[in-house]
Amino acid sequence: MTYEGKAWVFGDDVDTDQIIPARYLNTPELSLLAPHCLEDLDPEFAGAVRPGDLLVAGRNFGCGSSREHAPGVLKTLGVAAVVAESFARIFYRNSFNLGLPLIECQEARKRVERGERLRVDLKTGRLTNVSKGESYTFKPLPKFMMELIEAGGLSALLRAGGWTRAWGSEA
Amino acid sequence: MKKAASRAMTMAEKILARHARRKELEPGELILAEVDLTMANDITAPLAIRAFREAGGKRVLRPERISLVMDHFTPNKDIPSAEQVRESREFAREQDIRLYFETDGIAHALLPEKALVGPGQLVLGADSHTCTYGALGAFASGVGSTDIAAAWITGMAWLRVPGSIKLQYKGKPAPWVTAKDMILNTIADLGVEGANYMALEFHGEALERISMEARFTMANMVIEAGAKAGIFHVDRITLDYLQGDGPGPWEIISADPDALYSDVREYDTSRMSPVVAVPHSPANVRPVEELHKVEIQQVVIGSCTNGRMEDLRVAARVLAGRKVASHTRLLVIPATRSTYAQALREGLVQVFLEAGAVVCPPSCGPCLGGHLGILAKGERCVSTTNRNFLGRMGHPESEIYLASPAVAAASAVAGKIAHPREILS
Ligand code: SF4
Repeated sequence: MTYEGKAWVFGDDVDTDQIIPARYLNTPELSLLAPHCLEDLDPEFAGAVRPGDLLVAGRNFGCGSSREHAPGVLKTLGVAAVVAESFARIFYRNSFNLGLPLIECQEARKRVERGERLRVDLKTGRLTNVSKGESYTFKPLPKFMMELIEAGGLSALLRAGGWTRAWGSEA
Repeated sequence: MKKAASRAMTMAEKILARHARRKELEPGELILAEVDLTMANDITAPLAIRAFREAGGKRVLRPERISLVMDHFTPNKDIPSAEQVRESREFAREQDIRLYFETDGIAHALLPEKALVGPGQLVLGADSHTCTYGALGAFASGVGSTDIAAAWITGMAWLRVPGSIKLQYKGKPAPWVTAKDMILNTIADLGVEGANYMALEFHGEALERISMEARFTMANMVIEAGAKAGIFHVDRITLDYLQGDGPGPWEIISADPDALYSDVREYDTSRMSPVVAVPHSPANVRPVEELHKVEIQQVVIGSCTNGRMEDLRVAARVLAGRKVASHTRLLVIPATRSTYAQALREGLVQVFLEAGAVVCPPSCGPCLGGHLGILAKGERCVSTTNRNFLGRMGHPESEIYLASPAVAAASAVAGKIAHPREILS
């Protein structure tokens, strides 16, 4: 599975209150929430991001609340994947449960600049910086996470046959 | 090569092994585990309901294991939030979910109060502070709405078995050092992602001296170090708290003496001091004394961290016979209805009102910038809540200082950040 798009670069500890501020969470409609995505940090982002774009960030991306609205709005805006040095735990599971791939890569944050073109290959664990003509490697995803991405998220996986498909006889 | 009959395990590993019907397991493994109780709130339940339908859900598997607690924007602050609550209420009715609560209080104070959580259980909530229940010796963790929907349908959840860090608290806490100061000091030591993907296990003689309420305060904030769960060793105090309570079945689980921890940290509580976490990170911890010039416009005493009886009592002790500084607002928010009632019986509400505070209905309220005390640009607030992230209580240029109820009450009187010692002397 490959994705190609423009990079949006953020720093460390981008928390879920920044990804989607709680003041807007009086509705679960992701299409209404999406225009406020990351607005306290970068007011231009939500308006200018294009489907297929990628986020590149530092450590502990997605820390804070358990709100699934956070990966939900990123997906709604068409963000193809988030590349960060590390992810907070709940954001990690929520993203895969929604079918949004997360990539842990140390080099990207140091090398990638805003607006550069990136290409990600989930299977081989290679991230190409098309603009700079260089590439970085990352550890391929665990099998279950890959299945979630391929299924399009946990709801779709459950619909298609439940845990049994992913976990064999265990469920 | 040691090949013992069964591997020595931490509390987290043991609880998860039982719920995955496994003899033993190791950190890093992905498991499917049976969930004893799930929780979702007015913000996360509507998304879970959508995921439930999307996954093809028709009936929930075990309605008695599902709780829905409307606490964030309740009493509903506007029409959209009222709609979220209506959707959740209708779902509860449709699915015969009896553990539906609205305006009863904040989930993480309410569910223990209702004896719905106990030792050895696996509890998952679509709220990051679900870790609070770890104070009772349960494995309790925040997850997302889709996880909750999956558990409604199948009774199960996927989990990665966390490694564990053992925390040892020794000594007798120094004067005015509360559970909040102990956990803030711990977060400062571990860092905001120092415990990411890990379980924290709480031990030590200093914890034998603190109440269940204080333990809830500590377990509540483990997520601020990134932890998946924070689990307290079960002792007399836990059992006294659970006495005569609830359906159970509880199972008291202790760590094996030779269990493997990825780290062990020691804290001497006799050498700690009351602290404040300054903007915009709960790990930005400073001694109160260093901040005595910081002027404030608002003080919040409440939340799932510090909105319980003990918290209100200590605040009242500082406020009794004193006045909140002019140009400063003090909001007191009892975490549950029964806490509110008890505060009324003990005369605390009177003390707050006479001091010039306002006592709000049980709600998350300003903690997440929802309602009941939103900050304007440039305003500063001392708050007993758990997060001081950028913009969390209002304007992106407002500031939140996290502190104990004692420091918060003292600061309300002073109109700036203050040590309770200064106010009481
Ligand atoms: S009081 Fe604050 S931290 Fe606790 S559940 Fe409510 S919003 Fe979350």
